[in-house]
Amino acid sequence: MRGYLLIESRDPFESTGAARTCELAIQLRAAGHDVALFLVQNGVLAVRSGARRTELDKVLGTKIEVLADDFSLRERGIAPASLSGGVKAAPIDSVVERMAAGWNAIWH
Amino acid sequence: MATKHTLTFVLMDAPFESARTTTAFRLLHAALDRGYDVNVFAYEGAVALSFAKQAQHPNAVHGRDVAQEDHPLSKNWIAALMAHARTRGADLKWVNCGLCVDERGVGEAIEGARRGSPADCWKMAQQSTATLVIPTK
Repeated sequence: MRGYLLIESRDPFESTGAARTCELAIQLRAAGHDVALFLVQNGVLAVRSGARRTELDKVLGTKIEVLADDFSLRERGIAPASLSGGVKAAPIDSVVERMAAGWNAIWH
Repeated sequence: MATKHTLTFVLMDAPFESARTTTAFRLLHAALDRGYDVNVFAYEGAVALSFAKQAQHPNAVHGRDVAQEDHPLSKNWIAALMAHARTRGADLKWVNCGLCVDERGVGEAIEGARRGSPADCWKMAQQSTATLVIPTK
């Protein structure tokens, strides 16, 4: 069963599509797939500890790995120490790594 | 010995517009850094990324001439990625959708970027370990 890497680039406070990505991640996980969510560009704006983001919290409540692009975090002044629990800062290599492992990568 | 992978990236954004272009180039660099072969199929506005006639400009607002402004050009980034590929023993294939090129009049591409068709995109995807499509909004 192939894994799914969902890449979310949009500000979750601006785009309802970001919530749909979270829903898709949860559904894929429920179907038994390996799933990771990679947040990039304005997609990282939800990972500050204390940010109100219901959909991402639901994802964090599962076994889905949630990664935040370290470059995007630095650009936006979000320190790794200020990330909410369960979110890991990660290099863009994480995307390439999973693609090379044959995961399906989906950009939103 | 590490497995030789081929990854395909499908780009849609025109240059000078979106952070997606920067992210896409970072992905290409990361893949090439690992020695993976990389295919790029550029369509719609992204066919202008490799347009050879892109030119730097001065910034009158800030009082900077062309050299001082040193405005980044996507064609130069692509050329740098192609050079990086050679140092890593990797292959970077860059194909522009011909229909999209004609629509925009950007037929003069830098060396190493060639004209193709959506059929090339399909072949690239077929021959790759994975494909990532980065669309515009």
